[in-house]
Amino acid sequence: MLDERKIKEIKRERERWESTTLPNWIRHYPERKSEFRNHSDVLIKGIYTPEDTENLDYMSDLGFPGEYPFTRGLHATMYRGRLWTMRMFSGFGTAAQTNQRFKYLLKEGETGLSTAFDYPTIMGYDSDHPMARGEVGVCGVAISSLEDMETLFDGIPLDKVTTSMTINGPAPMLLAMYVAVGDKQGVPRQRLGGTTQNDNLKEFFAQKLCIFPPKPSVKLTTDVIEYCARHLPKWNPVSISGYHIREAGATALQELAFTLYDGIAYVESTLERGLSLEDFAPRLSFFFASHNDFFEEIAKFRAARRLWAKIMKERFHAKKPRSMWMRMHVQTSGCTLTAQQPLNNIVRSTMQALAAVLGGTQSLHTNSFDEALCLPTEESVRVALRTQQIIAYESGVTSTVDPLAGSYYLEALTDEMEEKAVEYIQKIDDMGGAIAAIEKGFFQKEIADSAYRYQREIDDRKRTIVGCNEYTIEEECPIKLLRVDPRAEKEQVSRVQRLRRERDNRKVKEVLEKLHYAAERDENLMPTIIDAVKAYVTLGEITEVLRKVYGEYKELIAI
Amino acid sequence: MQSTRKIRVLIAKPGLDSHDRGAKVVARALRDAGMEVIYTGLRQSPEQIVETALQEDVDVIGLSILSGAHKTLFPRIMELINEEGLTDMVVFAGGIIPQEDMQELRKIGIKGIFGPGTSTETIIKFVLKNAHKRT
Repeated sequence: MLDERKIKEIKRERERWESTTLPNWIRHYPERKSEFRNHSDVLIKGIYTPEDTENLDYMSDLGFPGEYPFTRGLHATMYRGRLWTMRMFSGFGTAAQTNQRFKYLLKEGETGLSTAFDYPTIMGYDSDHPMARGEVGVCGVAISSLEDMETLFDGIPLDKVTTSMTINGPAPMLLAMYVAVGDKQGVPRQRLGGTTQNDNLKEFFAQKLCIFPPKPSVKLTTDVIEYCARHLPKWNPVSISGYHIREAGATALQELAFTLYDGIAYVESTLERGLSLEDFAPRLSFFFASHNDFFEEIAKFRAARRLWAKIMKERFHAKKPRSMWMRMHVQTSGCTLTAQQPLNNIVRSTMQALAAVLGGTQSLHTNSFDEALCLPTEESVRVALRTQQIIAYESGVTSTVDPLAGSYYLEALTDEMEEKAVEYIQKIDDMGGAIAAIEKGFFQKEIADSAYRYQREIDDRKRTIVGCNEYTIEEECPIKLLRVDPRAEKEQVSRVQRLRRERDNRKVKEVLEKLHYAAERDENLMPTIIDAVKAYVTLGEITEVLRKVYGEYKELIAI
Repeated sequence: MQSTRKIRVLIAKPGLDSHDRGAKVVARALRDAGMEVIYTGLRQSPEQIVETALQEDVDVIGLSILSGAHKTLFPRIMELINEEGLTDMVVFAGGIIPQEDMQELRKIGIKGIFGPGTSTETIIKFVLKNAHKRT
């Protein structure tokens, strides 16, 4: 960014400094470690200077916010105009209990809903399925039918909130239920806003809640993208997720590269349906983790936005800026939370949330301090929400757009993140794409290796986790834990069984046959699934039909 | 000279949750410590786990669960182990298990319970100390 003469002068001066001031200091005060590396194993230098941003071209690499390549942010005014959406992921017990939690969070100032489903729902089982025993409502809310969904959103007008749903295999079913609730409330479908995670690819190597094999899974993801492009213009049909990739053990760089690659795969699968890029690309959304290394995370968010814009423009020839937008949700990193001295987690979540904001996120979830031990209590989730509010209203970081731009260190890191992600993308292209890489176990091995290396560093005390491997204390569990009432399971099981007795079962049979037929003919299943949920066909019944047609995924086991 | 049989460990994931990061890290650490390790993969029923333990003739079972269903699934697994007469089997568990549940789980015979933040070294030591070595 400076002229050549200036850079030369700085280089000369740096070399002088490196042979005089620096060694003189180090002789008396050696550095704490022989080398410093971030989580992506990038060597971090002692100082960064204008030399490190010598090749940075302001207009083409950074530009202005709201303009290509969007490094500085998607919108011209960023948080000066509108703050990010404060969206707390929540759900436990029955639909009625979670409905209460939703209302509590809205009252406390959250600005969007985010639903956590229990494992049976996520795996497409009704609450009374044998595999659901002991799991109903434990890690999220149990939703087996439209009746449960009606209870979940009771008294919450769907044209006044946007709702995110963390659901993948059964995403078409849960979206269908949401649409049906909207219809009942009289909300026009064009006004339904929210997100279905619906990112089935990452399930195979990260979150691993797979129901069907890769190909039909991608087909279902694409059904939702196509249906939304045609009928639900304000819905984000997919949230292409790095979060789970990271939580499974990937580095920041692997998270970035693998997530963007999944994005490429969905663009390709949707283009194959004959949709024009500009009709669906603006609604693709992303989801990342924010881990502990502050600058590495900020660099990752900025690099992600810039690289996605380039991919959309150069690889897919997008014309409209909105098609190049990477809108992102960020969650602070669950795997960084410690069960030991849990109040320390408030500090971790604050740093991670701040990184997300400085990285320009559109939406944010902050973890609660007790989440290494249980689901959050009302108190802990309030502190987590307050953390966002304090960053938003007290810290001053929202007063200007992309305040860290131009930092020699951050810009060098951003460049490096992007370059290395491009190398990974090339490698996966050469393997034949995302599904081929999954089938080869490439992502799985990369992630497992990183997870193991990270744990070894902690065990060998090369990496300090405060309160866990250093600065430990003897303590009894110092906080009150949320326990899900085991009566919730009983209640929910009898509820779904009563529903099956009382509904019009002739209609149910008819619509299930229709679904079976549509699945075999490879039609877009969304319209049929909407009909099915409206007839109170359960999630488990719909999934069962699809299991018969598509088969079940068999995990590739590797340690 | 008689060679000592390596300790055989089954790392198992009961329940529906898919958090296998810990299970895989522990599996690898035990293997690197010289044991034979078999990993079941995700979402195994209690019946499947005990069946695999029998087939693989293991000395130790490590259960990993983060879904909160341990209070339902662990007693069932221990019941099946007893039914099969596997009296020497050492069972340990890891995951999100609240302190208040631990006593109950120890009572039914789960010998070690390791929460988040446990070093792999602690788990290796536990297995070496408790596994009934066979030749």
